[in-house]
Amino acid sequence: MALPKQSSLPHSSALHTQQQGMHQHTAAEFSVSYTQYLDSQSRVKGQLPDWAQDLDVLEKFYRMMTLTRLFDKKAIALQRTGQMGTYPSCLGQEAIATGLGYAMQATDVLAPYYRDQATQLIRGVKMEEILLYWGGDERGSEYPSGPSQDLPICVPIATQITHAAGIATAMKIRHEKRVAVTTCGDGATSRGDFYEPLNLAGAWQLPMVILVNNNQWAISVPLEIQTASQTIAQKAIAAGIPGEQVDGNDIIAVYERCHQAIERARSGKGPTLIEAITYRLCDHTTADDATRYRPPEALNQAWKIEPIKRLQTYLHNEGYWNEAKEQALISDCEKKINQAVESYLSTPRQSEQDLFDFLFEETPHAMLEQRQHLLDKVAVQKTATQRPSK
Amino acid sequence: MTTILPLQKTLVEAVNLALSHEMRRDESVVILGEDVGVNGGVFRATEGLREEFGVRRVFDTPLAEALIAGIAVGMSTQGLKPVAEIQFMGFIFATVEHIACHASRMRNRTRGRLHCPLVIRAPYGGGIHAPEHHSESTEAMFAHIPGLRVVIPSSPKRAYGLLLSAIRNPDPVLFLEPKRIYRASKQALIDDGESLPLDVCFTLREGSDITLVTWGAMVNDTLKAADQLQQNGIGAEVIDVATIKPLDIETILCSVEKTGRCVIIHEAARSFGVGAEISAQIAERGLFYLKAPIARVTGYDTPMPYYKNEDHYMPSVQDILDSAEQTFDFVRKAS
Repeated sequence: MALPKQSSLPHSSALHTQQQGMHQHTAAEFSVSYTQYLDSQSRVKGQLPDWAQDLDVLEKFYRMMTLTRLFDKKAIALQRTGQMGTYPSCLGQEAIATGLGYAMQATDVLAPYYRDQATQLIRGVKMEEILLYWGGDERGSEYPSGPSQDLPICVPIATQITHAAGIATAMKIRHEKRVAVTTCGDGATSRGDFYEPLNLAGAWQLPMVILVNNNQWAISVPLEIQTASQTIAQKAIAAGIPGEQVDGNDIIAVYERCHQAIERARSGKGPTLIEAITYRLCDHTTADDATRYRPPEALNQAWKIEPIKRLQTYLHNEGYWNEAKEQALISDCEKKINQAVESYLSTPRQSEQDLFDFLFEETPHAMLEQRQHLLDKVAVQKTATQRPSK
Repeated sequence: MTTILPLQKTLVEAVNLALSHEMRRDESVVILGEDVGVNGGVFRATEGLREEFGVRRVFDTPLAEALIAGIAVGMSTQGLKPVAEIQFMGFIFATVEHIACHASRMRNRTRGRLHCPLVIRAPYGGGIHAPEHHSESTEAMFAHIPGLRVVIPSSPKRAYGLLLSAIRNPDPVLFLEPKRIYRASKQALIDDGESLPLDVCFTLREGSDITLVTWGAMVNDTLKAADQLQQNGIGAEVIDVATIKPLDIETILCSVEKTGRCVIIHEAARSFGVGAEISAQIAERGLFYLKAPIARVTGYDTPMPYYKNEDHYMPSVQDILDSAEQTFDFVRKAS
């Protein structure tokens, strides 16, 4: 497996050599930083940012990560019991989405992919809406009381990055102090829809942040088959924008670097690519079985460095967290989750005309006959089911 | 108050006029694409717009078609009305994911919360001896995408009026411009901002013997054929479909009910095309109006040939005449 890589050494893009009378010199140089504040043993590396010395803030992060993990577990259970469709878990990747969510401002716009549960929750999407979406209902992307400009969960890989570049373009045209934030997985970085908007973001200096959740796997394909690049972060450098790595299991590093990048973009200094290194502890989705391809020893190793335990241990070591608080938190989360599940399961199915009525602002005349056909067909079905059986 | 005088404009100039009119009227309209800025577009459709509206509203993108369509999607969710140019229809395929998965579905996916009021313009069709991959007519591929309008003008006036409607429409529109007739003729145009309706056909010529259904550059050829048919005593009704999807089948059916005969003419490949759809709908709804089988005059199921052979591929006035006369002369044999 591709273990989390640290790239602190500068790479030279040209050779320092002189041969056969030909002079070559370094045309460009770059380096990729890697940020970690809490190591896998929950020890502080270097100096914590000021904000991270406020344990109340870290508790807020911890609560959201815990809620996300318990919610995720419940979502999988709903799928396994036939109460919800295919669902992509975010197990082990909670720090990335949580750190990002708290680093964004409400007026920023998120173009998510599908492991951003925590970011979406922080931005006001409800748990029942996420369940509704994976339960096969478009209303799960309606967010009536949530982030009205955020894009819905994007399933076609990487295309949300291009949309985020368009959103950032609109912000730039209008001189707004807002930022378009987008996320993707490591597999997405192989697509044109990663490179094209990355290139544009550099060329136009867009107010945009791209956060890559490098969880080492694109379904069954490991990172080394996606790329020979030493880091994903360095792909930004070819686009003329900063690229950096963070320990994606260290919420302090994730929040700090996302916050810096977002505020940098807001102040007109341009885009940033952040590669957050983590490990997919779950299957790709509930339709996948990672035991077919994922080495068990790699999984065991990855569990030892997972993000929630890391922060919990730190809070515990600081004398800030204890078992009673933990139990109270779990109980509180479960209550909220159960309410969301109840709300999801009791949501009535959409009306049949909703197949048609949201496609255009006004349904074209040419579609009215098809629409009526469906209404008639469903009316007949309803009559048939209402008929008393013999 | 100043009187607006009619101007003699070609189709491509009418496109330019509609773009500038709408940009003046609506600040949210922006233009993007390859070479649309300083160069004014390779066909000059956006000429002068950069000078008038500035770099923030008329901008060149990197050379990446998927990017152009994808950022138009993002911009449109922010309330802008992007009018994106794809330089030639042969290069449009990279945009399909953004059009089919996102632009045409955003309103539906979000139950109306977000929508994509964008226009993608592309010159299309053959007949100008262009390089390879510059002469395709793949409107049917796009007409198959739910949630997308496909609009094709066939004269300067319709280019002006339909493009205004396309930009004002709150949903995504693919606006295909028949480049063979970009400069074929001029029409007197008044730049008054009057749009023409989408989703309806235009009956360009009335006749009682046969219905000729077409769109784009083939409209001119079909009108020429109709003139010759008239000299042969056959009255041809000519319908310009204009909005390919959603299709105004009623206008076509009314005409076929009157004439009992129908020939569909398009430059695109024959099978699984828009002509097949029109033909199927006539068969479903108006089979017993027909005095003769529906005929299609089309390109072949081959790639658009490189230009030395393109005359073999393109339907000609003579092809239309021959098909119309055969249809008119059809006699049902007793079985």
